[in-house]
Amino acid sequence: MNSYAPLAPSLASQLPQDPWPAAEPVGAGLASERPALQVQNLRVELNTGADIIDHINFTLAPGEILGLVGESGSGKTTLATALLAHARRGARIAAGRIQVADASLLELRGEALRQARGGLIGYVAQDPAQALNPALRIGPLLLETLHAHEPQLQKNAQQQRLQQTLIDVGLPGDAEFLRRFPHQLSGGQQQRVMLALAFVLRPRLIVLDEPTTALDVSTQAHILQTLRRLCKEQGVAAVYVSHDLAVIKDLVDRVMVMYAGRIVEVASRQRLFARPSHPYTLGLLAAIPDVARQHPLQAIPGHAPAPGQRPNGCAFAPRCPRRTAACEQAEPGLQTLEPHQQVACLHPQLEAPAPTAALQVRATRVDQAPLMAISNLNLTYDRQVLFDLALEVQAGECLAVVGESGSGKTSLARTLAGLGDNASGELSFEGQPLSLLARQRPGTTRHRIQYIFQNPYRALNPRQTVAQCLQAPLEHFFKLKGQACRARIEAALQRVALPVSVAAKYPHHLSGGERQRVAIARALVCEPSVLICDEVTSALDVSVQAAILALLKQLQGEGMTLVFVTHDLGVVRAIADRLVVIQQGRIVEQGPVDEVLDRPVDGYTQSLLAHTPRLAAAL
Amino acid sequence: MPEPCARTSRLPAWLPWFIGRLGYGLLTAWVISLVVFIATQALPSDPARVILGPEAPLESVLTLREQLGLNRPILVQYFSWLGQVLRGDLGVSLDSNQPVAAIIFSRFGNTLALLAGVLVLVVPLALSIGVSLALRRDSRLDRFGLSALIFLKATPGFLLAIGLVLLFSMPQVNLLPAVSILDPDKALWQQLEYLLLPIFALSLSSLPYLVRMVRASMIEALDSDYVSAARLRGIAEWRIVWRHTLPNALVPAIQGVALTLRTLIGGALLAEVIFSYPGIGTQLNSAIQMRDLPLVQGVVLVITLGVVLINLVADLLTVLLTPKLRTARRATLIQRNRRGIQSWWRRPAAKAP
Repeated sequence: MNSYAPLAPSLASQLPQDPWPAAEPVGAGLASERPALQVQNLRVELNTGADIIDHINFTLAPGEILGLVGESGSGKTTLATALLAHARRGARIAAGRIQVADASLLELRGEALRQARGGLIGYVAQDPAQALNPALRIGPLLLETLHAHEPQLQKNAQQQRLQQTLIDVGLPGDAEFLRRFPHQLSGGQQQRVMLALAFVLRPRLIVLDEPTTALDVSTQAHILQTLRRLCKEQGVAAVYVSHDLAVIKDLVDRVMVMYAGRIVEVASRQRLFARPSHPYTLGLLAAIPDVARQHPLQAIPGHAPAPGQRPNGCAFAPRCPRRTAACEQAEPGLQTLEPHQQVACLHPQLEAPAPTAALQVRATRVDQAPLMAISNLNLTYDRQVLFDLALEVQAGECLAVVGESGSGKTSLARTLAGLGDNASGELSFEGQPLSLLARQRPGTTRHRIQYIFQNPYRALNPRQTVAQCLQAPLEHFFKLKGQACRARIEAALQRVALPVSVAAKYPHHLSGGERQRVAIARALVCEPSVLICDEVTSALDVSVQAAILALLKQLQGEGMTLVFVTHDLGVVRAIADRLVVIQQGRIVEQGPVDEVLDRPVDGYTQSLLAHTPRLAAAL
Repeated sequence: MPEPCARTSRLPAWLPWFIGRLGYGLLTAWVISLVVFIATQALPSDPARVILGPEAPLESVLTLREQLGLNRPILVQYFSWLGQVLRGDLGVSLDSNQPVAAIIFSRFGNTLALLAGVLVLVVPLALSIGVSLALRRDSRLDRFGLSALIFLKATPGFLLAIGLVLLFSMPQVNLLPAVSILDPDKALWQQLEYLLLPIFALSLSSLPYLVRMVRASMIEALDSDYVSAARLRGIAEWRIVWRHTLPNALVPAIQGVALTLRTLIGGALLAEVIFSYPGIGTQLNSAIQMRDLPLVQGVVLVITLGVVLINLVADLLTVLLTPKLRTARRATLIQRNRRGIQSWWRRPAAKAP
């Protein structure tokens, strides 16, 4: 409770009742009530027979919110949809029991199953822009959902329920709004519509699959607040799937951590954040950058195993710092460690982890001539995106550019890299004027400013091997061929900590983190002075993000200048020296990171900070 | 984050966009008229000589040049020709001495009737087969259906047509006339039986492409997040298919139908040759053989206008069936989303990242 209050006092005061009721026992909900959800021995497997998830047992009490945490490939989304008796193509629910209220879900077929989906269990998908039909208006969509489950409802009662639900989720209920198409709503409104579509049927359980990943932090904070209020008011149990422990920290009552298709740790929220036991949980917590303080990020080495490739014994053993020979013998089951904590590990961490020392404050730089400076930058697409922006980048620093979506931060980065059309302004590089368009820059300067894209899955040509991909800039800028070229490529791969054998592979053989390393290597072979990184870690898992951030930090130590565009203030705290906050195309605040994040002056920066989920307070 | 758009009473943005496209269409038609004129009248070869043949005496060639007005300056020739065309006067056929407009009117009417028949038959058929195959994706029926469609596509059109004739017009089973020689004195709708076999043949040869297109776009829509979300919300399956999926799968199908029509409007030669159907294609063919220049000019012009019109209608339908385009606030937003003609004199607006 105390850990919560200082974070968002405005949020707590709006809740109608005590937001944190006494923690409930782990296994079975409140003794007096029937559980809202009971899952026993659930197993989902691929058509080949390899299991995606197995041995899943847990119970949820009405009104309880469970956070389901894991990295990509952990099976959390598979479990989430299995709760609605749904498996994606190529997979099937092989065994187990799912009991929601009085219905045994996996035994339902046809019409009864249709009634249960939506009626008993609501589902909120990850990306509301994809999950809302672009051809249907909001009002008819809501009415259709209501009609599909409660056709006997009178027109009046329907309207009343609709209006009440819209008020509940915080949407206007006027006719004009209901006539809108999804593309006419903001991202936050779209996700509220998804919430309304789930809550309008008054379900007993609601499953949310990373519903705020695509949203800005302030929108995310409001959605989470709405969700928690609704669940507590209406006694709806919720399963909230997330890859980010920081996001769920202010929302859930209980946390369940998944790894390679198994539950590895279940604990009440306070317990998990104060005394995490499973080495994987510890690894996740150490990898998450925290806005509240700078701590050295630690990546978890290795990869999660794919379904069908689980090692014998504990699946986490190959990556685990605490493993012993016994870990590779038998798969550990969930054991109760404490009344509020279960863990599947032979050697759980029993004491609270020692708080890691915060890094010392970085030395502030002496003022010198900037490496790169831009002034009077204006940029217009259909509307004006950047307004009279001025910015200086010092040599050797890491400058973070922070803003919400639509603030113009990516446009600014692209303009610095010479990719932005329609821009006007004065750019100088090492004191010399430089064109705003890369194709008009002299080759000797062009290779010194390199850009790394947000999505490593789209930034690499799928038809080129890594070597071919790295070769093109070498041939272009330095006219290198053959042996000299190969030596440079290998040096670049080693610099980004990839084995040389990667050079012969195609991008689809590589994981997301490896692809992003290749993209960084592609920039490095150009021998740049400035790396412009556009949200380079936002498509990656937290443990991979930690490794990439460490790599960038190391490059900076070797003299590289970084311009790091991000929406994540935790990442800013972890990597940046200086910070620029952009709102609607204008810089509202800038300064050294610690100064801005600890003592923000501008109201916008303050609200961003207030809405950013943080971990440290709980530790 | 797109700011929510306020509903105002002003005109929808697609109207100026459509007017712009209409302008482009007219521009295209004008350019085509220029091309047709240059190709037939203004090129160095002498149309009079071409018409009369190499053995004709020089006096008759000169007389014909006089009659055709070929000795006037070239611009005067073009503008007088364009003026006539705009008044609907396409000249007189050299071969039959009938007004070109009248010939084209009846022939083009026949082709349009054929197109309408194909449209009425193929569109519902392609939609229903495509949708049902998409719903049973990877099943035995789906695989069998796809193979059958590929077989149909690989069979040459004339074989299909002859096969149909063998099926329906042999002495044993004489259901339909094998040859579609229309009675020029009767209206087309009084002799519809002559239309049936050509329509069947053309439909069969254009069906595979459309079915596969509908199936592919249906599968894409069925795989989307909004369909899974609707399923997990407990919406009935038939509603998911007809209300949630099909409207989103229609747009590619419309472009596919437009492509089919564009090929057919230039003359469904398959039907016209095998069934001797009096369409525009054979007319154009014989006009070229007879060196009947006014007729060639007229037919090409009409076919071009038809293609331009089909494109316009398909694009308009696409915009009207896509809410995001229909409710766009500015015409430029439609242009950016459509892969239509872009103005070549202005750099296209940069895409916001």
